[in-house]
Amino acid sequence: MKDLSARILNMAQMRGASYCDVRVVNRITQMLAVKNGRVQELTQSESQGYGVRVIADGAWGFAASSRDDFADVDATVNRALQIARASALTKSRNVNLGAPEVNKGTYRSAYKMDPFMISMSDKINLLLKADEAMRGVKKNGAHLVTTAELVFVREDKSFASSEGALIQQENIESGCELQVFATDEAGDVQSRTYPWGRHQQTRGFEFVLEQQLVENAPRIAEEAIMLLTADVCPAYDATTVILSGNQVALQVHESCGHPIELDRVLKQEASFAGTSFLTLDKLNNLQYGSELVNITADATIPGGLGTFGYDDEGVPAQRAEIVRDGRFVGYMTNRELAAELNLGRSNGTMRAENWNRTPLIRMTNINLLPGTWKLDELIADTDDGIYFDTNRSWSIDDKRLNFQFGTELAWEIKGGRKTRLLKNPIYTGVTPNFWRSCDAICDESEWVVWGTPRCGKGQPPQTIRTGHGASPARFRNVKVFSKS
Amino acid sequence: MLGYEKLKQLADTALTHSKADQTEIVLQTVDSSLSRFANNTIHQNVFESNATARVRVILGKRTGVAASNDLSAEGIARTVKMARAIAQAQTESPANAPLPESAPAPRVDAFVQRTADCSPETRAHLISRLCKQAASQKLIAAGAFRTDAYEIAVANSLGAFQFHQGTVADLHTVVMNEAGTASGYASASSPDVRAVDGDAVTRTAIDKALRSQNPIALAPGEYTVILEPAAVAMMLQYLAWHTFNALAVQEERSFVRGKRGELLFSPLVNLYDDGAALDGFPSPFDHEGVPRQRVAMIENGVARDVVYDTFTARRDNVQSTGHSLPAPNVQGPLARNLFLAAGDKALAEMIGSVQRGILITRFWYTRVVAPLNVMMTGLTRDGTFLIENGQLSLPVKNLRFTTSYIEALKNIGAVGRDTQLVRDEWFGMNFRAPAVMVERFNFTGVT
Repeated sequence: MKDLSARILNMAQMRGASYCDVRVVNRITQMLAVKNGRVQELTQSESQGYGVRVIADGAWGFAASSRDDFADVDATVNRALQIARASALTKSRNVNLGAPEVNKGTYRSAYKMDPFMISMSDKINLLLKADEAMRGVKKNGAHLVTTAELVFVREDKSFASSEGALIQQENIESGCELQVFATDEAGDVQSRTYPWGRHQQTRGFEFVLEQQLVENAPRIAEEAIMLLTADVCPAYDATTVILSGNQVALQVHESCGHPIELDRVLKQEASFAGTSFLTLDKLNNLQYGSELVNITADATIPGGLGTFGYDDEGVPAQRAEIVRDGRFVGYMTNRELAAELNLGRSNGTMRAENWNRTPLIRMTNINLLPGTWKLDELIADTDDGIYFDTNRSWSIDDKRLNFQFGTELAWEIKGGRKTRLLKNPIYTGVTPNFWRSCDAICDESEWVVWGTPRCGKGQPPQTIRTGHGASPARFRNVKVFSKS
Repeated sequence: MLGYEKLKQLADTALTHSKADQTEIVLQTVDSSLSRFANNTIHQNVFESNATARVRVILGKRTGVAASNDLSAEGIARTVKMARAIAQAQTESPANAPLPESAPAPRVDAFVQRTADCSPETRAHLISRLCKQAASQKLIAAGAFRTDAYEIAVANSLGAFQFHQGTVADLHTVVMNEAGTASGYASASSPDVRAVDGDAVTRTAIDKALRSQNPIALAPGEYTVILEPAAVAMMLQYLAWHTFNALAVQEERSFVRGKRGELLFSPLVNLYDDGAALDGFPSPFDHEGVPRQRVAMIENGVARDVVYDTFTARRDNVQSTGHSLPAPNVQGPLARNLFLAAGDKALAEMIGSVQRGILITRFWYTRVVAPLNVMMTGLTRDGTFLIENGQLSLPVKNLRFTTSYIEALKNIGAVGRDTQLVRDEWFGMNFRAPAVMVERFNFTGVT
């Protein structure tokens, strides 16, 4: 690994690169899925290769290959340089990375039980039991489709740069998901998932065991069946809503995490992911949320899906303030854009999906810091409102302002109590107005670092794994309606 | 790119190594180049060369799958061994066996050498020209220009060996004003890079951007809309996932379940999937090596067939239509080469027939609200214009819609005569579609 990187760095510099970095990655992914009582998918895939990023003639080039014989390495380095020089044909200025990052170090995810050392049989049995527990509930005429999934990832990654950085990281991820679809004769389709779609962390098999899949399986199946006969969520032009912790996580991801990506702000993602309403003039000047709202980008939280030792530019993982007492105070940055805008050192958010993708500014763990409320006290404090639980549908505009989110279920709150189950609930709003209406956030006892393993961005497409620490929170004057 | 002979040799090696009852290997290679631009300069410019092997083995009624991009002899042997070990850990299931038998797929010429050879300098020159034209109008351009060459081979121990190679050229751009308050989108896709007309894409995007300045806000409500091909393609994508596949029908979540043969949609609608069509991105067989059949989903508004893979076909005691994703999987089959047949109306004619409505260039961030009737929410983006008295008038601020795509297919009042090939790079789906006029399209919010 070290030899390959050194060879590539030498070649690139000898041939005119003013900067070069090399990532060598080996990634193993294990997927297990049980559907309707049978093992539907059992796959282990391995992907290894290296990506070479260079600056030549003041512009970027990137080439990646899965083959590391001498001829291929030679061709890949040449390709990266050729691409960089082609990029230079349209450049308006030379790339400047700011001060060198010459970090040397190692990092390993903090896990207790290596998921790849747990037998396939044990994993399959866990899924079969959870699936059986979902299918074993009283169906009341409903038709059920049940799925139980596990995913495990091991990633060994080295990073070396022409500035002298040399980093080795071993990341482990474990994820799980239960899903049940319930349908009735009238054609209604209701779904429930647990923990919330696929939940994932940079931890070992202990994470899966902690989720208590078998114990929670009957509950979500019963809830999906109950939803078939539940009342449709009423419509309100303005009402009080309480979001479950996982729905707050989704809300943070879409309406805070994406708009603080500095590449989006600078229109670098305009052709696909879009831009951002958090333009440069808003930094330190915008009241993004109420004074209760404090948000960080923190790649150092133990177990978070956006937790690592160093980003893919070799910058150490950091905790950056994004929103302080409601005021917008920071972006996620990389070396080039931090230097261009004099924002100091990059806060270390450059991440690539795998060896074959160039790193982009991506979310790490974007967290709404906990408040002071207990959830039962918060509900008791709410006279009239709706409790939204577990995301089902999510959509937000290309500047990250106008959003519409639906959840799997909701509870009507009357007089400080959950009174009736509601189906097909949707709420909608505009990002800063919504966050400014936040008047209560639950405390550490409800705070979970939710994993979002399928965040898409970039061209060619990249899916990255992000985390969101969140607890339930209350918002006032929110528009609510139903799909029906 | 490894070529037919090398891929055949690798497949034979895997099949020889395997001592399983049945073995399948899917080999895929890609040389992919993409130049990405924003703010009128190239800011990301990448190349990837990769080759993968996915091995499925069947031991009695147990199945195991392993994949790797180590295609050395040792790597292939290790992948076969891993697949076998996984199968041995499986529980028995009668649905796991056997592999499908399949006839040789038709050879479809989808490989264009000049696309495979397209250099970063060629892409940079086209992008430079595009950006200069945008800059000359005080606009900024973003976008991507991709040129790929790929191969796929599927072999199994029943004697099948299918091979296909192709190329992709895809250019798209969003041109916008400095403030980001007006933008226009255009794209072009073809297996042949020469067929990608950069100047035409540039002209369309610039024209839309210039016309999008100072948009007005329209009140939410029902409008007649004209959807351009990029918007139609996004609609077809969700109909493929949620309606016109056998798994959705079997799981009782497809709108056409129990309704095939009924007039469910506008008689103007003819929708089919055709992996061999030369005016798409041909893909003559699926990931199980089964030749793709042409599947008519809607004929003159009547719901007809859905696509099958081997697993869902056995359940219904029919033949696979050749629409399997890598098997086995929980997603089911998927139509990936969708065609909405052309009608007889020029775009100007359709616009001319609308008293008050909205022209939509494309959708953004569409998501399912309810799967059965494909109730969707999403937004308009990069070129939304009011139509008044049969003419395009003012630009419109982007709108959020919440509407059923099933209802939209029912409410199609006109179909364009010109079609465009649209490629979805996230899911590898391809669409050839005209513009359509849809009545009573429901908008629920304004940005």
